[in-house]
Amino acid sequence: MTVTTTDWETVIGLEVHAELRTETKLFCCCRNSFGEEPNVNVCPVCLGLPGSLPVLNRVAVEYAMRIGTALHCRVQSSIFHRKNYFYPDMPKDYQISQYDIPINAEGWLDLPGGRRVQIERAHMEEDTGKSTHVGGGGRIHEATYSLVDYNRAGVPLVEIVSAPDMRSAEEARAYVDELRSILVATGASDGKMEEGSLRVDANVSVRAKGDGQFGTRCEIKNMNSLRSLGRAIEYEAERQVALITDGGSVAQETRHWDESAGRTGTMRSKEEAYDYRYFPEPDLVPVEPSDEWIASVAASLPRLPAQRRSEIAAASGMGVESESVVTVVRLGLDGYVDAVIASGAGERGTAIAVRRLANEVAAEIGSAAHLTEPAFCRLIAMESDGSLTTAQARTVLRELLDNGGEPDAIAARLGFEAMEAGDLEAVVDQVISAHPDEWSRYVAGEAKLAGFFMNHIKAATEGKADMKAASALLRSRSA
Amino acid sequence: MTGVSDTPGPLASAHAIAAGVRAGTFRAREVLEEHLARVEALEEDVHAFNLVLADSARMAADAVDADVAAGHDLGPLAGVPVALKDNLCTRGVPTTCSSLILGSWKPPYDATVVQRLASAGAVVVGKTNLDEFAMGSSTENSAFGATRNPHDLTRVPGGSSGGSAAAVAAAFAAVALGSDTGGSIRQPASLCGVVGAKPTYGLVSRYGLIAFASSLDQIGPLARSVRDAALLLDSISGPDPADSTCLQDDPPSASARLEGGVEGLRVGLVRELAGAEGISPDVVACTRDAAEALSGLGAKVDEVSLPAAVYGLSAYYIIAPAEASSNLARYDGVRYGMRAANHGTDAADITEMYLRTRSAGFGAEVKRRIMLGTYALSAGYYDAYYGQAQRVRTLIIRDFEAAYETFDVLLAPTAPGTAFELGAKTADPLTMYLNDVCTIPSNLAGHPAISVPFGVGDDGLPVGVQVLAPALGETVMFQVAAALEAAAPPVALPSILSAGRTG
Amino acid sequence: MSAMAARISTGDVAHVARLARLELTPDELERFTEQLGAVLEHARDVEALDTEGVPPTAHPLPLVNVLRDDVVRPSLDRAEVLAAAPAVEANRFRVPRILGDAP
Ligand SMILES: [Mg+2]
Ligand SMILES: [Zn+2]
Repeated sequence: MTVTTTDWETVIGLEVHAELRTETKLFCCCRNSFGEEPNVNVCPVCLGLPGSLPVLNRVAVEYAMRIGTALHCRVQSSIFHRKNYFYPDMPKDYQISQYDIPINAEGWLDLPGGRRVQIERAHMEEDTGKSTHVGGGGRIHEATYSLVDYNRAGVPLVEIVSAPDMRSAEEARAYVDELRSILVATGASDGKMEEGSLRVDANVSVRAKGDGQFGTRCEIKNMNSLRSLGRAIEYEAERQVALITDGGSVAQETRHWDESAGRTGTMRSKEEAYDYRYFPEPDLVPVEPSDEWIASVAASLPRLPAQRRSEIAAASGMGVESESVVTVVRLGLDGYVDAVIASGAGERGTAIAVRRLANEVAAEIGSAAHLTEPAFCRLIAMESDGSLTTAQARTVLRELLDNGGEPDAIAARLGFEAMEAGDLEAVVDQVISAHPDEWSRYVAGEAKLAGFFMNHIKAATEGKADMKAASALLRSRSA
Repeated sequence: MTGVSDTPGPLASAHAIAAGVRAGTFRAREVLEEHLARVEALEEDVHAFNLVLADSARMAADAVDADVAAGHDLGPLAGVPVALKDNLCTRGVPTTCSSLILGSWKPPYDATVVQRLASAGAVVVGKTNLDEFAMGSSTENSAFGATRNPHDLTRVPGGSSGGSAAAVAAAFAAVALGSDTGGSIRQPASLCGVVGAKPTYGLVSRYGLIAFASSLDQIGPLARSVRDAALLLDSISGPDPADSTCLQDDPPSASARLEGGVEGLRVGLVRELAGAEGISPDVVACTRDAAEALSGLGAKVDEVSLPAAVYGLSAYYIIAPAEASSNLARYDGVRYGMRAANHGTDAADITEMYLRTRSAGFGAEVKRRIMLGTYALSAGYYDAYYGQAQRVRTLIIRDFEAAYETFDVLLAPTAPGTAFELGAKTADPLTMYLNDVCTIPSNLAGHPAISVPFGVGDDGLPVGVQVLAPALGETVMFQVAAALEAAAPPVALPSILSAGRTG
Repeated sequence: MSAMAARISTGDVAHVARLARLELTPDELERFTEQLGAVLEHARDVEALDTEGVPPTAHPLPLVNVLRDDVVRPSLDRAEVLAAAPAVEANRFRVPRILGDAP
């Protein structure tokens, strides 16, 4: 019997840890910042010194509430627990985290593709310090000793736990992408995966298609990018399917993604699972946000990605699921679209703007800072009214991205004045008379020859012609 | 202890010292030297201190005197020699919890109460001995040796604040701070013949108190009079933004009605505690005498029942170890304190380092409680132990609330007996734990209680009686305690002081 | 309360000691098992209590929402912090090798 992965379904649930963009840590007044000299942002509280006590950061709570609200969660009264385990990057040898009564419960997130992923909870907890492993190529298991920096210890995190609602690596990536956009939009997190602001663990199981039961799952850790998330899930699903089809079974365990080897390996079996001995944190009191506070947080939220997509889709006449619309919102380029709409561009101009943003601007997202909204609006207006051809508009846009500037001036410098209507007519007539055979066939109904004539017109005008106007002329000459 | 003196001398009260120093009648330095001379003469026998801070105390006393000379405003504890339990963090000064595991650790910060003492003008004479991490009732569980009772050097001072109680009884300091998790201020106060109070949970900031059981720990005063205890408590209580569990409103005054008497007050004698198993008859007799004395002063005294109180001991010996097992996890040899095998062979891996360090650094009682608490919280046992203990806590609070509908304060014994011989209870932990049966309910409820000397046992040693009050009931609690103190039979001076070995 | 029925065994104590990162000699294991058994035995009196419907009290205070402003205050001096540590290298805390990943 041959069983292929196409007969199987992958079931994925994700746990995403997002660092909050507060000024200070969750329980002390040390600075929350990335990339500093080791052990400079430490105090009695975040070092876990004897006698120190935690005091909760109001802004961290508010950011957590923003995230919960954006994910359609129930924002509720909550308490903190202690999660006990010994580990050198954990100064108190317990983590203060929320357990059975989290601040946000039971929400959902719609993927751009339409699938709804249920959110089980989004709770607050503190981050750990960071270890550097010395010897053995920096890998933990081969190292001779380790060095610990506690700058990150106590940085506020929100852990967002999804239901096992995703069915492919692609969906898992889309989920993280969408979640990241939401986190950035709420202002609660910078969403930088490369700096560890966003960290993802995946629970992966497989089952035969049509099976109502979930299979045994493995938890995969240490995926540092969307790419490794996708690779790890695909590898793990194939591993589990191979195990089962070979007559074996999947053991519930925690697995580690090895990026360079491209595979997952056992980290800890279920038998070795930690016994965290959770109990209510006696050094903190409950967090009970009032209805007014919850309402004011909800009112302060900006428009979120899903809403942005439908607004832009409506204004541009493009579909909500259009790749360009999704990309523009995901990359946070939607502000340019707003500016274009406000400048009076209609549906067509807005659609042009979305395409330029999703293609040229997205490709050089790093230099988007050079591109001012007024310059972009002017560029779109010039392309819309035919003063610039598509090819010219792209050239001007690249110049704007590289060096900034003013579109009219750039177009003039590049010699992109629009052709006079009479000049274009002359060129069109010239091309027709130069190709009499093709022209007779075109007039007789061979429509595909339009492209032939357009190419010649384009070449003859060195790309300066408004191709729509040229096409209209061609049709009127043949009538 | 009655008969405090108004001149500097062995029994000078904190009030008298502060008043005299402020008025320029005598100097803080003179008061200090007089106390240090007694420490010099008697500390070897008593071993109240882990560390005597003679030099820094002299500097502090001189600074107070300079302020007096300069006409500056001085705090309520100006020039008062104070002893600190060695689980209170003092910046740059070793803080050991009487444990090896802290090594020579010097905290980089002061506890909130230490800051408040300094701004009140107090002079810290030293850090006092305790049962390791405040776990014990005899101060025998100290890595640095036991403290002895100044009334009888063959006996324990009680614990865990035994060093602070002994320091006050021996007049090494006018007053002292202790911490009380299950009776650790009141029980040694009772055994040493001094006053000791555990305030309402949250009245005094815990910031800088090295945690034993966070939901039960409170810092409180030990003194030779109710009035001095009130003065010290009023100097340290009040809101602290560094402690989330500290009450945020102005604290009740402990000193406000010390002269108020007890006329018309309703006093409930707790039936279950006065007659609890293991309470010796002489202690029961002293407690009943105290009730009668209050009745004679015009209080309405009646018996009251707290049916759940007797379950407090069981609940406490689940909750306190559970919290302790977590609070003491941080002593792992990574960031501060001792690391086993630091010289010679390094541990092969981090787990071996943890095991070696913690096994060598903690004493037997601490290990017992860590294991007990770890067990009570571990998978499969949480509901049966920790969960059930937390429900017992609710029942005890309900009992108290019902009692306070009828009574203003309650009366109960403090300790089951007088000071016992060194070593008498060390073999059997459970016997030692039974010392706390009368003091634990107040910790579980978060309510205040004070122990006041009232009479002596059959052996002639001091007996304390507790006044219990509802949350934030410090004013009436100290009011009744002051009346009780005034009505108490005189107590002999500790033998080491009466033996005339010091001036 | 069935979990409390069986008396704590040396196996239980060894497991708990491991969880708590304590190393016990065989003698200690015997003695601690005996002593913990006696304390837990005493704790059985709470079984007699009917706690049906009684909510647990985790904390004696009715306080809620104790929050602080998100304002930076000075951290500790690094040299002082590191001076307290048993082993330091490159301004970090040095520890023996770590055998397992973080949970
Ligand atoms: Mg977590
Ligand atoms: Zn800090």
